[in-house]
Amino acid sequence: MSENSSNNGLIGWIDARFPLTKMYEEHLSKYYAPKNFNFWYFFGSLALLVLVIQIVTGIFLTMHYKPDGELAFASVEYIARDVDWGWLMRYLHSTGASAFFVVVYLHMFRGLMYGSYQKPRELIWLFGMFIFLALMAEAFMGYLLPWGQMSYWGAQVIISLFGAIPVVGDELTLWIRGDFVISDATLNRFFALHVIAVPLVLLMLVVMHIIALHEVGSNNPDGIEIKKNKDANGIPLDGIPFHPYYSVKDIVGVVGFLILFSAVVFFTPEMGGYFLEYANFIPANPFKTPEHIAPVWYFTPFYAILRAVPDKLMGVIAMFAAIAVLFVLPWIDRGKVRSIRYRASSFKWLLVMLVVSFIGLGYLGAVPATETRTFFARLFSVGYFAFFVGIWWISKNENTKPVPERVQ
Amino acid sequence: MKKGLIIVVAALLPVLGWAAGGAPTYPDDDIDINWDDKASMQRGARTFVNYCMGCHAVGYSRYDRVGRDLGISDEQLLENLIFTTNKQGEQTKVGELMTINMNAEYAEQAFGIAPPDLSLIARSRGVDWLYNYLRGFYIDETRPFGLNNGVFPNVGMPHALVELQGLQAPKKVVKTNSEGKEEEVIVGYEIVKPGSQSKSEYDQTVYDLVAFLDYVSEPYRQTRHKVGTGVIIFLFFFLILTYFLKKEYWKDIH
Amino acid sequence: MSSEGVDNSRRRFLTAATVVVGAVGTVAVAVPFVKTWNPSARARSAGAPVEADISKMQLGQQVVFKWRGKPVWVVRRDQKALATLSMPKVLDNLRDASSDQSIQPDYAKNPQRSIKDEYFVVEGICTHLGCSPSYRPDMITADFEGGFYCPCHGSKFDFAGRVYSGVPAPTNLTVPPHYFINDGLILIGEDGVA
Repeated sequence: MSENSSNNGLIGWIDARFPLTKMYEEHLSKYYAPKNFNFWYFFGSLALLVLVIQIVTGIFLTMHYKPDGELAFASVEYIARDVDWGWLMRYLHSTGASAFFVVVYLHMFRGLMYGSYQKPRELIWLFGMFIFLALMAEAFMGYLLPWGQMSYWGAQVIISLFGAIPVVGDELTLWIRGDFVISDATLNRFFALHVIAVPLVLLMLVVMHIIALHEVGSNNPDGIEIKKNKDANGIPLDGIPFHPYYSVKDIVGVVGFLILFSAVVFFTPEMGGYFLEYANFIPANPFKTPEHIAPVWYFTPFYAILRAVPDKLMGVIAMFAAIAVLFVLPWIDRGKVRSIRYRASSFKWLLVMLVVSFIGLGYLGAVPATETRTFFARLFSVGYFAFFVGIWWISKNENTKPVPERVQ
Repeated sequence: MKKGLIIVVAALLPVLGWAAGGAPTYPDDDIDINWDDKASMQRGARTFVNYCMGCHAVGYSRYDRVGRDLGISDEQLLENLIFTTNKQGEQTKVGELMTINMNAEYAEQAFGIAPPDLSLIARSRGVDWLYNYLRGFYIDETRPFGLNNGVFPNVGMPHALVELQGLQAPKKVVKTNSEGKEEEVIVGYEIVKPGSQSKSEYDQTVYDLVAFLDYVSEPYRQTRHKVGTGVIIFLFFFLILTYFLKKEYWKDIH
Repeated sequence: MSSEGVDNSRRRFLTAATVVVGAVGTVAVAVPFVKTWNPSARARSAGAPVEADISKMQLGQQVVFKWRGKPVWVVRRDQKALATLSMPKVLDNLRDASSDQSIQPDYAKNPQRSIKDEYFVVEGICTHLGCSPSYRPDMITADFEGGFYCPCHGSKFDFAGRVYSGVPAPTNLTVPPHYFINDGLILIGEDGVA
């Protein structure tokens, strides 16, 4: 890159063979990020942290876990009781799964608020959505592994969804399970996918997500393109090097997050039955369905949409559409202004509606359905999709506020 | 932003307000387990091996772990708690799992269902449920063992602690339920044939037993709390340090 | 951005402190991960001391017990076998006659390598490459007075498990911790209470 990067010594030796200094500068010391990042910008680095936690604890869990229908449940208890510090590995991993979704949902919400998906960041958003999808697959398959009642029946219900697909549905579910019911065969293949296949895809997507981000540069709470205002050296006037400024700031976020994370891991790993469901402390029993099956909390919004639709196939379509519609958000939103700070108030109301609908659906998906609840689930489902329709509608001729030239 | 939050909360209030109403059960008491009361758990362990372990294992737990955690020496374990044997008829060793040799097929014939392992029962059912369930057996001649349960209707398990509690008859009243139908509801019990313990003694026995089951469902819980306290104190210290570091560097930014 | 008025020493101190405290935290986190590799409670239970019933052993007999997945022999040595332990033909040919280089509890660091002369407790694992030697009391040749012979690479040991010189095995057979519960019962895997 520049003259002064041609170091001598070990670094120089490496640089002649591998772009170490170049990468360090590109992604850290000379990656200029807007100086006005706020609280919401912690969640990207936190997601990376949780990914590392999951991979490391996951590796140590596989050293003791047995992916076998006869042994799986007992091996999880064996890890928690008989392996030195095994309980910690287990709770770090189970809490990490939920924490992953907490930070990813907040990270996505940040993107919605500040228009981070808009041109030229459509690919960042797309990679991010694929990460979300891979994460859901990873979490779903991981949840089968403890082989408790919820593992078993949750997988049973979700795999049955594929049965709604016309013509091939039944064959497909049989193929996915590898048996006529969820069984050892299913557990074994889910284990393989959970520990190696999906994590590889996830890691690759994360790298692409970050490369794409560093290519176009970060958005910010004002939604202003900082690259428009550069100094004589070509450095954005409102940009600051990621390292040390955001590295030291992110450490504060990381430690703050770890405090909350540890509070859950050490003091309430079940999180009132939301992170570890009570029925999952009973071994899988193919002959007895638990009285109330609910997916883990991070799936409940989509599960509620599924249940809200009276037709099986349409329900499945609605559920997948709820995820698919997020992929095309960069093209649904025709607005020229990114940040909620300068968008029309109609945008704010739509966003409030989305949040209310999403949280409402999340609650409704976790509790047994009643008539009133189904009514609300339908209302919130409409609210969820109405957000995207509304954005498309209002962004055509949006009454925006003037966007300042420089960040505030 | 704050306004938005208030709107979100207000809009969700009606949703969160619905409480799920279950069928009424009796008794319906809440208990708190004192995790430091090792004596209570020791008594519970003794009740467990004497009255429960004929049919129920706590098969993920090891005797020596229970001994270490509850302050019971290996000798005392062998003398007072280990009544199980291996296939050769030798007494189970202290380091082994607390399994039993009951034949599952025989058990299914006798009780309709194989008695479950109770290692995790306190985590799947909760301690309150266990406390009420074990005090909720009442006379019901329509049942095979002549007993029913106010918490777990038509349960297959016989009342293992009947010699301690004695037999109780339900006091029922007719109430109108939420759907407008009249139904009989149990509002209390009356001992008709006393057991070897008084009511308060029996309550204590059940409390101790539940305390033991609670312990055995997560024997590492106290370690978890102890380590967690240290970790969080360390992290708070580190948070202060990193906060000042951040502030120091950000002095550069205007 | 400007670097005017920057207190460099304060900055250096805070950076160093954060690095040190962070490193301490990282090491503390690594400890539990490392410790998951320790033998688990199951392994320790399976590796618990075993009782060896020797009350029915004949003179010259060898009985094999299993401790921690390894064969442990108890050999009831007769007078003839014990006598070989002090024969010059044997002693002069041993690599480590006084057991200085070998593994055994202190109470078995004697010519008989045992607590009681008659009962010899030893791990049946050759110190060369882990084969299990065989008990050959009658194999007497020009340079061997009987004892244990490893079929893998021909290592020879006397009746106290002491290795002969000129064979591949480097040290004497290992004597595990053990003690007599009573005359007919040995506990293998634990030192007796002193």
